[in-house]
This record gives sequence, C-alpha cells and structure tokens, in this order.
Amino acid sequence: MKHPRIEMAHLDNLWFQVTGTLCNLACTHCFNSSGPDVKTFGHLSIEQVRHELEEGARRGVREVFFTGGEPFLHTAIAEMLEASLEFAATTVLTNGTLINDRMSDRLAEIEHRSRYSLEIRVSLDSFDERTNDAIRGVGVFKRVMATLARLSRRGLLPLVTVVRTWSDAEEQEILPGFTRILREAGYQHPRIKILPALPLGRELVRLPGAHDEPWVTEEMMHDFDADLLMCSNSRIVTDRGVWVCPLLVEKPDARLGDHLADAASGYELAHRACYSCYQYGTFCSNISAGIEGTGTLATHAEHGEA
Amino acid sequence: MERLALLGGLYSNYRALAVALDGASRRGVDGIYCLGDLGAFGPYPDRVFPMLQRAGVQTIQGNYDNSLALGLPDCQCGYTDPRDNYFARLSYDYTFRNTSEENKAWLGTLPATLRLEIGGVRLLLAHGSPRKMNEFLWESTSPDPFLNYLLDEAQADVLCVTHTGIKWHRALAGNRHVVNVGVLGRPENDGTTRVWYTLLTFSGSSVAVEFMPVFYDHLALSDDMQAERLPPEFIETIITGWWTTCLEILPHKERARGRF
Repeated sequence: MKHPRIEMAHLDNLWFQVTGTLCNLACTHCFNSSGPDVKTFGHLSIEQVRHELEEGARRGVREVFFTGGEPFLHTAIAEMLEASLEFAATTVLTNGTLINDRMSDRLAEIEHRSRYSLEIRVSLDSFDERTNDAIRGVGVFKRVMATLARLSRRGLLPLVTVVRTWSDAEEQEILPGFTRILREAGYQHPRIKILPALPLGRELVRLPGAHDEPWVTEEMMHDFDADLLMCSNSRIVTDRGVWVCPLLVEKPDARLGDHLADAASGYELAHRACYSCYQYGTFCSNISAGIEGTGTLATHAEHGEA
Repeated sequence: MERLALLGGLYSNYRALAVALDGASRRGVDGIYCLGDLGAFGPYPDRVFPMLQRAGVQTIQGNYDNSLALGLPDCQCGYTDPRDNYFARLSYDYTFRNTSEENKAWLGTLPATLRLEIGGVRLLLAHGSPRKMNEFLWESTSPDPFLNYLLDEAQADVLCVTHTGIKWHRALAGNRHVVNVGVLGRPENDGTTRVWYTLLTFSGSSVAVEFMPVFYDHLALSDDMQAERLPPEFIETIITGWWTTCLEILPHKERARGRF
C-alpha cells in the first residue's frame, strides 16, 4: 500500500521528550507505554535542549513542548522551561503528581517573568475519583486536584487534558462534570481540552480490537490541508534522535535524524495513528486546528494590488 | 509622510464603525483598510457594507467573509471547544440569514491579502496570518523568530493582521513590525467597553504604530442585539467589556487577564 508523503512546511512546534518514557505512573491508555521502569527512551540534558532550542529559533519555531514520560521527574525541568521561554511560547505536559508548593512558586515566577505564555497541561481522565484512578493509579486523583488548586492560587491556569475514554452517549455529561469538580477544588475558571485515545502503546492492550482506524490514503488527501498534520509542522527531540511527531516515537521508521538540523525530510503516513492526526488536526498542540469546514478555506489566495 | 487607518474585525458593529470612520477622516488619513470579518456576533449585518463602500475602505476577506461568500456551513473560526462552537454556530447562522445575497457576492470579490509599498516599506495586510486566513496570531504565542519567519516568507517589512480580537505591536530588528490591529466588533476582554483601530504613519523608512480607542454608544448596540434576540452572553460582553464566549482559544497570558 502506498501512503501519502507529507513534506515539512515549517517547524511550528518543537517537542522535547525530556524524560524519555520514564514516568512515575503507568496509565492504562498511555500511547507510548511510559512507566517507572520503561527505558525505551531516556533523559535529555539541558545542553541538548539548549542546542536544539537555538536551532529551532533559527528556523522560526513558534511553540515548544516538553513531554515524556513525566517531565517533572527531570531535575532541570524548571531551568529548561525558563530557557525555552526566552525563545518561544512553551508548554509542559504533566501528570500533575510531582508539582509541590515550591515547584508551583517557581513556575509562577517563570511565567510572570516571561513575555510568552507558559502552558501547564495536566492530565486527568475522569471527574470521578475511582474511574480516574482505575486508569491512572491509586491516589492520583487527589494529588492532581491538589496541584490544580495550588497552581490556580498562584494565578496559573493549567489546561486540564482528558483522553476520551467514554462513549458518545456519555459525552453530554462529561464536560460539566469536569467543570464542577474543578471549581469545587478551587479552580474557578477551568480550562479543559479533550484528546482522542490513540491506537498506540498500552491503549492497544487496554482495548484490543477497538481501534480499527483506517490508513490515510492518497485519495483522502484531495482537498485536504496537509499543513494541519503534525508531520508538516512538528518534530520531537529524544535522547535517541529526532522523530517526526510525538505520537510515533516507538516506530523506527519515524526517526528522521540525529539532530533537528537533519530531520526536515518528508514523511509517509504509514501508521494507523496518522489517521487520528488526519481526523483531529494537530491535536497535540494546545489549540487543535479545526478541520471540519476548513477544506475549502482560501489560503494563499490571490494578492490584490493597491 | 503618509498615514493609514487599519480596521480589524467589524462583527457587524456598525455603531463603532461609524465613529472610527469619522475619527480616521478627521485625522486626514491617506487611506482606510479593513482586514476582514465584517459579520459575526453583532446585529444587522448588512449595515456595515454601504458604510465601507461609501468611505472607500479597501477590504480584504476574513474567514467569516469567506464562509458567507461560499455558502459554507460554518464560520471557519478555528474554535475547538464545544461551547465555543455552539456560540459560533448561533452567530454564524444569524449572520448568514441576515446578509443579503448581493453583499455575500461582494465578499466573494475581496482579496485574501493586500500588498502596499509606501516609501520603500513593504506592507502586507492579512486577516489571520499571511499563510492562513484563520490562524490566530496572539501576542504571547508569536515569538520573534516566528514573526521574522513570517515576514521573510511574505517578503514584507510590516505585517498587519486581526482575527484574534486583541491588539498588539512587535517592533523587530531591521525596522520590521508586526501589528495585530485589534477589532471594532467587540471590546478586547479588558473590562472596558471601548474598541480599537490602528493608525500607521510612514515617514521615510520609519513606521509609527498608534492604537486608537473608539468610544461609541455600546448601550444602543446592546439594545439592537436584544431586539435581534442575539444571545445574552454576547450582549454581556458589549456592556461589561469581558469576553464570555470563545475563551478556550486564548493562550495562558491573554486568558489570565480576563475575568472568565
């Protein structure tokens, strides 16, 4: 089967898999199977991060993302976020269990000093403690709620990200449920982002056979804005090289080079997870690109002369 | 010296447009440009069209205009939150129903971008960004290296956009500028009822950017909106100056400045 090839349009989003696949939790739907003993990928050093930030800035990067594993397992994470904010808006994706008062103070200080936005994305999977902890681990719900309150008290507005693990029929009750418990926890104007479950990693063990996503075909690319796909606008730096996007770090064919500077080649949409990206746009970013209705949007249309 | 007035999203706020056009003409500007999104949010969408045409305002297409002209089912606003999309839908359906066929056809004739050259300074006007009509250029997520990239690609010294609803200006090395000109359609989530347009003054190779507040009869606009049965959430924004909808698209810094 021939898969469509996507050329890189521009490096909008630079990702760092800063703690590799090391995480203090082992969530049942984790798309890169991170966990306490998972050493598929390891830690990045602050020097590696600085080097690639400078390369990213040379290429006009727009936003930087720190993920893992769990980024707050890295002892230099605050320093890295501070360095990154000198170049671009920066996001850290965390499970929220390791952010104590001292770290919250530090994050607030970093955010207030920066002219670009610092986004703290905290994962939560249900507004019901038992359901959440069945996915994320015992005691996690309470620790996360405490972190959200801590950040909120300091004027930070974490973006709560939720992987969709419910049915369409339940959808109506889900968002108000999250809003209610977040307010009860002291987070007055909660920001919530829903992410699709991905047909990758531990999720395939959790729900075997549930993900029969199709592959993206050449025909599907007609009238489709390829700029919406992560492979056209993102790269992720790991301790084992640079991969095409955060989703495909476990796929050997998605490794494009040793460094950012040699990872600009195009990529074929060879995996089922590419269909998730096709469906939802660059949903790994904070604000997903809306795809519905954008197919005919006039881009780069004719220039009028004055 | 040459001076231009740049108007951002109008969102059918014909009352603020009247005040802005009057202000710009009293300042003796050499040209007035509108960066698109004539409709959305506000009442009586047909009213802004003759005002722009009479004043000779050169207008480019925003995502709303593009949708109306092509008869698309939604505004292509780029929202992703279900509540934001619910309100975007109400607003678009109202605007679609109340914009004449003639005006929709006129929107279809507008260019997506406009290039000017003033005293050797290359100016590009776009709605969202030069590369995408519905891309949001927020101050806190548009770093200098990225803006320089956009200017390089566009072969421009000055880039002016709107679409986000909140104005900002970044002066970059090499006498380059990126300006979000703000909007006339609704206040910018700062707890005041004023709205904004932008004056650009070119003298030699230098460019001065000035944001102009517009004070208009916002209570009369809110009466109009009530008469048209537009959502109370929209009216609240006009009266209080705080955004109540379309908030989820805001980056952290911009969101933290608002009330909701």
